[in-house]
Amino acid sequence: MEFETVIGLEVHVELKTDTKIFSPSPNAFGSEPNENINPKDLGYPGTLPVLNEEAVNFGMKASMALNCDIADEMIFDRKHYFYPDSPAAYQISQDERPIGEHGWIDIEVDGVEKRIRIERVHLEEDAGKLTHAADGSLVDYNRQGTPLIEIVSEADIRSPEEAYAYLEKLKSIIQFTGVSDVRMEEGSLRCDANISIRPVGQEEFGTKTELKNLNSFAFVRDGLAYEEKRQAKVLRDGGIIEQETRRYDDKSKKTILMRVKGDADDYRFFPDPDIPPIVISDEWKERVKSEIPELPDARIARYQEELDLPAYDAQVLTSTIQMATFFEDTVKEGADAKQASNWIMGDILGYMNKHLKEIQELKITPEALGKMINLIKDGTISSKIAKTVFEELVENGGDPEKIVKEKGLVQISDEGQLREIIGTVLDENEQSIIDYKDGKGRALGFLVGQTMKATKGQANPQMVNKILKEEIDKR
Amino acid sequence: MNLNELTIKQLHEKLVNKEITATEVAEKVFQHIEAVEDDIQAFITLNKEATLEKARAIDESGDFSNVLTAIPGAIKDNITTKGIKTTAASKMLANFEDPLFDATVVAKLNETGAFMVGKVNMDEFAMGSSTETSAFKKTTNPWNTDHVPGGSSGGSAAAVAAGQALYSLGSDTGGSIRQPAAFCGVVGMKPTYGLVSRYGLIPFAPSLDQVGPITKTVEDNALVLQAIAGHDTNDGTSAPQALPNYEAALTGDVKGLKIGVPKEFLSDGVDSEVKEAVMAALKVYEDLGATWEEISLPHAPYGDATYYVIAMGEASSTLARFDGIRFGHRSDKAKDMIDVFKQSRAEGFGEEVKRRILVGSTVLSGSYNEEYFQKAQKVRTLIKQDFEQAFEQYDVIIGPATPTAAFEFGAQTDPLTMYMNDMLTVPVNLAGVPAISVPCGFTEKGLPIGLQIIGKHFDESTVYRTAHAFEQKTEHHKSKPKLGGSN
Repeated sequence: MEFETVIGLEVHVELKTDTKIFSPSPNAFGSEPNENINPKDLGYPGTLPVLNEEAVNFGMKASMALNCDIADEMIFDRKHYFYPDSPAAYQISQDERPIGEHGWIDIEVDGVEKRIRIERVHLEEDAGKLTHAADGSLVDYNRQGTPLIEIVSEADIRSPEEAYAYLEKLKSIIQFTGVSDVRMEEGSLRCDANISIRPVGQEEFGTKTELKNLNSFAFVRDGLAYEEKRQAKVLRDGGIIEQETRRYDDKSKKTILMRVKGDADDYRFFPDPDIPPIVISDEWKERVKSEIPELPDARIARYQEELDLPAYDAQVLTSTIQMATFFEDTVKEGADAKQASNWIMGDILGYMNKHLKEIQELKITPEALGKMINLIKDGTISSKIAKTVFEELVENGGDPEKIVKEKGLVQISDEGQLREIIGTVLDENEQSIIDYKDGKGRALGFLVGQTMKATKGQANPQMVNKILKEEIDKR
Repeated sequence: MNLNELTIKQLHEKLVNKEITATEVAEKVFQHIEAVEDDIQAFITLNKEATLEKARAIDESGDFSNVLTAIPGAIKDNITTKGIKTTAASKMLANFEDPLFDATVVAKLNETGAFMVGKVNMDEFAMGSSTETSAFKKTTNPWNTDHVPGGSSGGSAAAVAAGQALYSLGSDTGGSIRQPAAFCGVVGMKPTYGLVSRYGLIPFAPSLDQVGPITKTVEDNALVLQAIAGHDTNDGTSAPQALPNYEAALTGDVKGLKIGVPKEFLSDGVDSEVKEAVMAALKVYEDLGATWEEISLPHAPYGDATYYVIAMGEASSTLARFDGIRFGHRSDKAKDMIDVFKQSRAEGFGEEVKRRILVGSTVLSGSYNEEYFQKAQKVRTLIKQDFEQAFEQYDVIIGPATPTAAFEFGAQTDPLTMYMNDMLTVPVNLAGVPAISVPCGFTEKGLPIGLQIIGKHFDESTVYRTAHAFEQKTEHHKSKPKLGGSN
C-alpha cells in the first residue's frame, strides 16, 4: 500500500524586544543565571503582568509578513500547568483570539511551487530553563517572560523536504522583518513537528505523532523522514499508530518514544483578568505595516527583473537581510549587479564561511566593494589585482582607490610601455615564438604569463594579448 | 486625649497645632493596641519599632502638611509591605518575611508620612466572611467579642472599630470591605474597579478585587481614598483618569438626589431588623430632600452563583503559583518534584481555600468551562447592564450591606450559608461599580447595621456625598464599642 505523509509544524520564535513581554526586565541572551529577573518574573504574589507594546508590534509585524489577518481585538489567556520553569504555574498565551490568523507562505521544492497555509500566529511568554544536576535541579528564570510567537501551520506539508523548505522560508521572512535573530542554536527559533500518514487517496487523517528535540532544520527533515518510514512499517505490519510524543535522537537518527498521549491535556484556559483585551486599530496596523522592509520573495523577483540576475543569485543574496542590504548598497555605489553578486557569492561568502563571520561583521563595506568593482570596470585595476585589493579590504577595511594608489597596483595600460616590456620578453623566449608559429597555442599563454610576471601582474591583460600577437607577427 | 475617639482630621489639626507630637501619637497608639489586643486579636504583625523611628524623623522635620502624616493606619495582610512579613493569613505564607516590594497603595501612603502600625488579620487569602478561616487567630467583633468581625477584612474593620488604628486598608472581592465594616459599625468603601492599583495586592480573584479604606467617618474615608487612588502603570487594569477631590464632594446637600432601592435587596433573606434600619435611613434621606423609589435589578438574585463560579475559577488559577518552589511553604515530606507541589499545597492551604481551588479548577475544566465559567461571564454582563440601566434614572442605589448583623463564632459552619452573606455585596463587584457601607443603626442585641450606597462607575464623589449627608444627620457613627470583654 502506498502512503501519503501529512505534516504540520509548530514553530516558536523569540522576539528580540528590549524588555520582557509582561515585565520591565531586560530581554537578553547569554547573561548570568537569574540576572535578568524581578519579582514578577519569579511569580511573586501581588505582581502583575503589564503588556509590552513593542512585543505586540513585533508579533504583528511577523504575522503580517506571513500574510495573516490581524485581529481587531486580541485577548491573552492563562494556560495552566505545574512545573518549576513556570513561576505562576500558568503561561500567559493566546487561545481563542490570537494576534494573527489565516496566513500562508509559498515554498519551492524541486522546482515546484506550493503554498503552505498558516493557521495562526499567537503571542505568549517563554518559560524559565531547568538544568538537572547530580544533587537536584536548578532553575534559571532569565528566559521567563521572553516574548514568543508560535506559528502553527496547517497540515499542508506532504514531505520532509517540504518541511525543510517551509522552515527555511519562514526563517528568512522572519529574519527580514527584524523581530528575531531566528537562531536555532540559541533557541530563538524552535520547532515541533506533527506527522501522520494515510493511504493515498484517503481523505481522513491518520493518527499523528509529535516530534520533539529537533535542534536543526536538518534534524527536522531527518526525523520526519525516519518517522514516515517507521509509521509505514507499523501499518504494513498490521499495527496501529499510537498518539504519542517522540524525541529525535541525532546520533542514531531515530525517533524514540517519550510518552503516550492520553486524553487531551486540560490547560483550563481562560482570559487573563490582569490583561484587558487589546484593541488593534487600523491606524496601529498601518503604522506597523509601513515598518516592514521589502521581503525576500519581492526582492528575488526584483533582482531578476530589474537587475537581470539569475534566479540562483537572487536567492542566495536574499538568504539574510544583511546580505541583501550589502548587495543593494554595493549596487547603489554604481557597481554592476552581476559583478557585485559574483563577488558577494564568491569571495565574501567564502571568507565568511572560513572565518565564521556574519556579513555585517566584515571590515569591507558595500561602498568599498562597489568602488573596487568600478575600478575593475574602468580598467584601473585588473581582476587579478582586484583579488589583492579585496584581501586588503576584507582584512583591514579602507578605501580601494587609496589602497590601489598606495600599493602601486594601478594597471599598466600604456601601449608604448607594454610594447617595450613585451619586446624584452620576446627577446628572451625565442623558442616560444617558434612554438607559437608551429601552432602550439599554449606558447602564447606562457608568453602572457612571462609578461605579467615582468609587470608584477599589473599589465592590462587584454592589451597584453593584443600586443603580443602583433609583436610576434612582426618577427 | 483618647486617640480612638479622634478622626483623621481632628488628629491632624492637633499635630499641626503642636498639641501632640508624632512620637506621642505613635506611643499612644501602641499602648492602646496592646491594651485591647488580647480581646480583639486584630494584628498578625506589629510594626512598632519602625513606626517610632518614623515618628521621631517626622517630629524632627516638623512637616505635617499632609493630612495623613503621623496618622496611624493598619494594612490588611494580603497587601505587600517591603521587608515586612505578609502572610495573607495563610500557613502557606507564614514565613514570608519579605514580599520584596511595597504595594502601590502602601508606597502612596508612605509618601504621605502615614504610620503603618501593623498588618491585620483576615480570612485566608481573603476567602471567607468572618475572618474565621485565618490560619493564625480569630479576630473578634469589638461590639461583642462573642461575634465575628465579618470578613474577609475582619482585622481591618475590628482594628478601626477598636481604635487600634484611625484607618485601615482592606480588599473587597465580593463584599470583604463592606460586610466587616457593617458588622463592626465603621465606614468601608469598595471603589470602582480600576480606581485603586492592585499592584501588591495578593489576589483572590483579579477581575473582582479592589483595595479600599475602612475608617470611622465618611470624611476620613474620602481622605484615605484620595491618597491611595490613581493610575498606576504597574497595573494593566488601572484606569488612566484624573482624580476628583473627594473631600470637596462632602457638601451635606442631597436635595433632589434620586435614590433607587432594589426590591431584590429587601427580600425574605434579609433580617427584619436590618430592613427596618434601611427604611429608617430612607426616611432620613426624604427629610434631607432626596427621593427614593423601589427598582428592580432582575439579575441580582443570580449574583451569588455567578460570583462564586467566577471568583473560584480565578482563584484556582491565581493560587497555582504557591507550589513550594520559590517562596512560601515547602513540605519537608516531599520525595520528588510532583510531591513538592502536592504536599506543599496540601499542608499550606486551609480547608476553605482548598474547597475554592477544587471548585474553581472544576469550573475551568473541559466542558465545564463553557457550561459554568463562560456562562457566568454572560450573566455577569447582564448584572452589569442592570446597574447601568438603573443609573440612567437614579444617582445612587441604596440597600442593606448585609442580610444580618454579625453572627456568633462557629454559627455558620455550612459553606453555602456562609456564602449567602455576600448576596447583597457581590453584584457590586460583578458590575465593577463603587459602594460604601455606613453605620445606620443597631440591632436589639447592640450589633451595628450597615447601609450600602452604590454609585456609578468612578462616581465615588456622589457615593461619599450621599453617605456623608446621612452620617451628619444621624448619631450612629458617634457610638463607640465598650472595649474589654464580651457583653
